Amino acid sequence: MTTHTTKRLFVTLAIVTFAWLVAYNVIQPLADWISYSAFGLARDSRLGTSLAFFLYDVPKILLLLSGMVFAISIVRTFFSPERTRALLGGRREGVGNIFAALLGIVTPFCSCSAVPLFIGFVESGIPLGVTFSFLIAAPTINEVAIILLFGLFGWKVAALYITSGLVVAIVAGFIIGRLKMEKYVEDFVWKIQHTADVTEEKLNWADRIERARESVKEIVGKVWLYVVVGIAVGAGIHGYVPEDALASILGKQAWWSVPAAVLIGIPLYSNAAGIVPIVGTLIEKGASVGTALAFMMSVIGLSLPEAVILKRVLKMPLLITFFAVIAVAIMLTGYMFNWIL
Amino acid sequence: MLTIKVLGSGCTNCKKLEAVTRQVIDQMAVQAEVIKVTEYPDIMAYNIMSTPGLVINEKVVSFGRIPSFAEITTFVANALEAA
Repeated sequence: MTTHTTKRLFVTLAIVTFAWLVAYNVIQPLADWISYSAFGLARDSRLGTSLAFFLYDVPKILLLLSGMVFAISIVRTFFSPERTRALLGGRREGVGNIFAALLGIVTPFCSCSAVPLFIGFVESGIPLGVTFSFLIAAPTINEVAIILLFGLFGWKVAALYITSGLVVAIVAGFIIGRLKMEKYVEDFVWKIQHTADVTEEKLNWADRIERARESVKEIVGKVWLYVVVGIAVGAGIHGYVPEDALASILGKQAWWSVPAAVLIGIPLYSNAAGIVPIVGTLIEKGASVGTALAFMMSVIGLSLPEAVILKRVLKMPLLITFFAVIAVAIMLTGYMFNWIL
Repeated sequence: MLTIKVLGSGCTNCKKLEAVTRQVIDQMAVQAEVIKVTEYPDIMAYNIMSTPGLVINEKVVSFGRIPSFAEITTFVANALEAA
């Protein structure tokens, strides 16, 4: 890679960033103009506000997604599962759980790699509980979920979500570690022999930018439709369903709503893009934040497909414990936020 | 004759990687056998922690992502040179 092409790459990046900023700042006036001037809808009409809401939110979220997924992907090129394993090696439980949960946020992760990752961590001597802290945090604290929460409801809700994910991952991993369940890991995991070794790739900036561009294409390509449909449903409800419609069943007073939300969330399997606009709508219509976040974590973090994947390396008692501990931790976090907020 | 292994338990990305790899082989018209490795003990023997992985003549050339057509072409060309 010559310095000349690298320079050109950064110039392109600067131009794209500028265009992004311009676009981000014109969508609000543009959405208002289309709804209220071009279509001539009244500013206080239901249809008018719903349309303006939709026309503003869809491009805003898609822009945020592309921009932030790009930035996050660049950061992630500096972290690999191999490096994370090295960072976690030799850490004791407790500190190790905290580290593992934090690394779970920045390490690239796909649920199809959950098993190789699990095996790679455990056989290198990382304690079981620390490994689980990582395996809970990585899928639950997911970049699309964070970006959507930030874009639709502001940084406070996004920060709350990250905090609750971390708390659940640290606590659940620590408890699983204390239960000493190593014997419930499938035996073959402890017996793997390496016949080959891998060397970590050396990446330059052009590679990192290319990787990030690829993940933007992949992630935005995968979720954009969910975002559009989710926001359309949200916009409809925004204009037409009365506020507080859900307060009596999903509000703070209803103590049973947190466990109910978690239980309903387990069989539901959706990606973050589909669930966030719905969760937002629930909050807007009177559901309490803790209950809504518990529901969301349950849908994203506790999924049956993941259980099927993990069944290959975990014996039944450990698999059930894993799910039960996370479910309880999510409920406690839900109650905690209902109580604090 | 190259031995190319695609490591992965059968997720979408593994299938995509296999498809691209076969295209590369066809286009370069090289003699190669493509083997899918789907069992975890066999995958983990290569010491990778993210799938899909691509192994040419027992050397791990990429893992955790789907390399581009051009990249795989380079991997195959390098392997042919080394063989």
